[in-house]
Amino acid sequence: MSNKILSVRGLSRIHGEQCPLCISSTGPEHDTNICPHCGSVVAAHDVNFDLYRGEILGIIGESGSGKSSTVKMLYFDEEPTAGSATFYDGGVQHDMFALNAAQQRSMRNKRFGMVYQNPHLGLNFQISAGGNIAERLLMSDLRHYEEIRTRAGDLLARTEVSRARMDKNPKTFSGGMQQRVQIAKALATQPPLLFLDEVTTGLDLSVQAAILDLILEIQHELGTAMIVVTHDLGVIRLLAGRTLVMKHGRVIGSGLTDQILEDPQHAYTQRLVASAL
Amino acid sequence: MNTALLDIQNYGKTFRLHERDISIPSASHVNLSVYPGKLTALIGPTGAGKSSVLKGVYRTYLPSAGSILFRTAAGEIVDLAQADEHRILELRKTEIGFVTQFLHCLPRKSALDVVAEPLFARGVPAEEARGHAADLLAQLAVPAHLWNVPPATFSGGEKQRVNLARGLIAQPRLLLLDEPTASLDPATTERVVAHIETLKDTGIAMLAIFHHPDLVKRLADDVIELSPPVAIVEPEEEIA
Repeated sequence: MSNKILSVRGLSRIHGEQCPLCISSTGPEHDTNICPHCGSVVAAHDVNFDLYRGEILGIIGESGSGKSSTVKMLYFDEEPTAGSATFYDGGVQHDMFALNAAQQRSMRNKRFGMVYQNPHLGLNFQISAGGNIAERLLMSDLRHYEEIRTRAGDLLARTEVSRARMDKNPKTFSGGMQQRVQIAKALATQPPLLFLDEVTTGLDLSVQAAILDLILEIQHELGTAMIVVTHDLGVIRLLAGRTLVMKHGRVIGSGLTDQILEDPQHAYTQRLVASAL
Repeated sequence: MNTALLDIQNYGKTFRLHERDISIPSASHVNLSVYPGKLTALIGPTGAGKSSVLKGVYRTYLPSAGSILFRTAAGEIVDLAQADEHRILELRKTEIGFVTQFLHCLPRKSALDVVAEPLFARGVPAEEARGHAADLLAQLAVPAHLWNVPPATFSGGEKQRVNLARGLIAQPRLLLLDEPTASLDPATTERVVAHIETLKDTGIAMLAIFHHPDLVKRLADDVIELSPPVAIVEPEEEIA
């Protein structure tokens, strides 16, 4: 189908030396992602999925399940040890891990956006909120000062950060406000694909709700495809049409989100859903 | 002769609960057809698998057996039991609607936006979508002063009507109804019945569960009676 924006096949990442037994002795059935023979960590193994334009895919799992690793590889933060990812953009197919470093940087700056759980990873705390966004706009070929300033202000206004705080350092912002600046920055280049890694974790409930509403509004307005990584079933229920469930580096289930929640197949997914508050 | 829009053959659903190591059958050997402009009613005691059939068609449940053949607007036959998830999402957006017994919605969204949401998802401009939502809420006699309020504080009957309006707004070709009048007073039930009759006239095919036998008599063109599947508890065989 031509609706595809991303196609991931066999994506894997192993930290450490690797031995021939790494794969066969890790995973949910061994209850570990650490190889007992060589001590390597199988962060993710054989992750496969397709993402369509404008779709929100959820990846749920506990810490160490490989959900963040998966997204970090796709955003070129981490290098895969195996597998491929194809990004479909304007009629061109890009074999993502075959690109050189400069091409990867350009794809990351112009066509992808990332919002991290930790704002320190996504924002530069040496410069103002507006400066953070300007930085990204500059990478995407916008050069004119006034133009950049107006666009940065618009983006902050869209994510409900007042223009008056544009020249303030995000260090002085609340956690929820820092996430809004990160979202504004990620959206600056109007990327067709956005990665969200535990973006509401650790925020107050009311702030979480407002951020999730904002994400949904943006998805409606811009039709941005998103991969949402979380350990929170509520986030998945609210945002994602389809969901992957990961444990110990493996995808153990995938399906329509309502099906995952109401008719979970795998023993672990059943436990996960049963433990929801 | 009208061709069926939905043809369910031998549908079965069994839940496998790993933690307790048991299987619970919720429906078995269900056969039925639904036609454009007609309503097929599912009847039977609690636990007979009526909702299980609806959820299987919508793929909230993964069917364990049988096929669920749906004829799309383009004339293609799709087995909903097996179809690709993206295909199911697309059909939910454009052709298959589901009105459940309970309203699941965000506690911070107005009734108008809750109802209009399926149109937003199709890319209808917000004001136009809200206009349709207002028309529908008026038809179902939801008082206008409630339209801009989140439905969380509404009465059971008002919530039910918001839920119904949300299911109806996208004018699906196939509508699944799970007790759409469960918590309504007689006068409002009449309005909903009248509305369902209009929908039949427009050619929408419906598969429905009703609480009252009286409504089945009035609205159903076909009645399918289900009986509870035999409950089998099968402990795993020990392999020594």
